Amino acid sequence: MDKVVELKNVTMNYHTLEGETQAIKNLSLDIRRGEFVSIVGPSGCGKSTLLSLISGLIKSSTGEILINNEPVVGLASNVGYMPQRDHLFEWLTILRNTTIGLEIQKKLNKDTLRNAERLLEEYGLGEFKYYYPKQLSGGMRQRAALIRTLAVNPEILLLDEPFSSLDYQTRLAISEEIWLIIKKEKKTAILVTHDIAEAVSMSDRIIVLTRRPGEVKSEHDIQLTTCENKTPIICREAPEFRIYFNKIWKELDVHV
Amino acid sequence: MYEEYSSEHKEFIRKEKVTNNAVMISRIIILVALFALWEVAAEMRWIDPFIMSQPSRIVKTMVNLSKDGSLFLHTGVTIYETIIGFVSGTILGTLVAIVLWWSSFTARVLDPYLVVLNALPKTALGPIILVWVGGTTGSIIVMALLLSIIVTILNVYQSFKSCDEDKIKLLKTFGATKIQILRKVVFPSSIPEIISTLKINVGLSLVGVIVGEFLVSKAGLGHLIIYGGQVFKMDLVMTSVIILAIAAALMYLSVAWIEKKFVKMR
Ligand SMILES: Nc1ncnc2c1ncn2[C@@H]1O[C@H](COP(=O)(O)OP(=O)(O)OP(=O)(O)O)[C@@H](O)[C@H]1O
Ligand SMILES: [Mg+2]
Repeated sequence: MDKVVELKNVTMNYHTLEGETQAIKNLSLDIRRGEFVSIVGPSGCGKSTLLSLISGLIKSSTGEILINNEPVVGLASNVGYMPQRDHLFEWLTILRNTTIGLEIQKKLNKDTLRNAERLLEEYGLGEFKYYYPKQLSGGMRQRAALIRTLAVNPEILLLDEPFSSLDYQTRLAISEEIWLIIKKEKKTAILVTHDIAEAVSMSDRIIVLTRRPGEVKSEHDIQLTTCENKTPIICREAPEFRIYFNKIWKELDVHV
Repeated sequence: MYEEYSSEHKEFIRKEKVTNNAVMISRIIILVALFALWEVAAEMRWIDPFIMSQPSRIVKTMVNLSKDGSLFLHTGVTIYETIIGFVSGTILGTLVAIVLWWSSFTARVLDPYLVVLNALPKTALGPIILVWVGGTTGSIIVMALLLSIIVTILNVYQSFKSCDEDKIKLLKTFGATKIQILRKVVFPSSIPEIISTLKINVGLSLVGVIVGEFLVSKAGLGHLIIYGGQVFKMDLVMTSVIILAIAAALMYLSVAWIEKKFVKMR
């Protein structure tokens, strides 16, 4: 088994003047290469914290985080992060937006620029590369945001509720598209979401977290019987879809 | 773009235009009526033109002043000093704001000083500046600068601080350094705020310039006003005030125009 990401007994405490918050407690998990894993859990259980820890933006209080069997020191170099909102910069064109990561890493050259342009062409934004973000629809912006992350060629993608700012129909369409892109570019992906259906339809595996402090409550390998051209929307038709959905729904134990 | 609009839409546009014209005409009527009333009142001796002046005398003064060129000299001096004042106030204020953003420790230390300086009527420092810098244009510009810089620091720093944390986080995941974060997101996202501060600074800097000219009293519209008051030439005072109003409006409109161009460009 080829582990890309490995967390061993990770605990994260936040300190503020108001007090100490334990966001994550003694959490261990493995992510395999090429896997698409979703993380679901109650609000505020530490999902975003988990992604920040993996990306190396923050340091865990205790425990160990390994990427490709190397402990993460400082910023993890082969991790790309995609935030909830697209956060495209309104004052830059789509092309400049998608190359901002390269620019920051001082890797912007002919080849990387061509690669960013290829990604834009390939995923339907070629003719919009000199447009400004506000001229694009929500779905297109989200695609541009993914390309911005892909342009620096990360091995692992961290997606923090990337579709939650979109309306339902766009959300279905764009999650399908982004899933296809991620598979085509052969990335490992960790998706945080509140949408159980989205998680079941997109993932190879779902990790359910407990209430804060977040611990792993359960894991589900998702095996859906569909025809071979499996995509998230087709997955929603699978007979097992509803069973996984209900199981995870019960585990999340939402009291309204 | 050039498609045919429905007659309903055309009717809507027409009504809008009629209202706009009515507003414009009313504005002009008010202005003309005020000046006419003033002229008549002075002519009929309802008011004393020696104290209240009179539009026709103002026009005469303007003509006389422009004949010897002093009108343009004084207006030019005031505009020049104001532009130097608000441009340097905005630039220096932004630089200080960058320092404060860079070091939150410095920002915390300086916070109470800035609050007090902001509350203090800066014109009270006029005589001190006059003594320290001397009775020159320098004093006037320092005065104008002083009035605009504190507001700039506070506004721009606030705008830097309110830059979206998630955008910063995004750049950090790419490994951005602090200076890159400043250059790529914090500064660009504050440009609208900086330009709108520039607009506020036109007015503030003009206050500084006029007070400065009152004190230094060598040239400029402020000097003309003070001088006219001292020798009891109310025509000169009124003329200068009117020119000042026009100059102030023009400067404000130019900055507003630049802002509009800029916003459009983005
Ligand atoms: N910078 C911080 N300082 C202090 N406490 C924090 C900080 N960031 C998060 N927390 C706290 O840690 C807990 C976990 O936060 P986190 O954002 O990881 O949750 P989440 O699962 O992503 O929540 P959501 O579902 O709302 O996105 C929350 O209680 C939050 O208040
Ligand atoms: Mg979150």
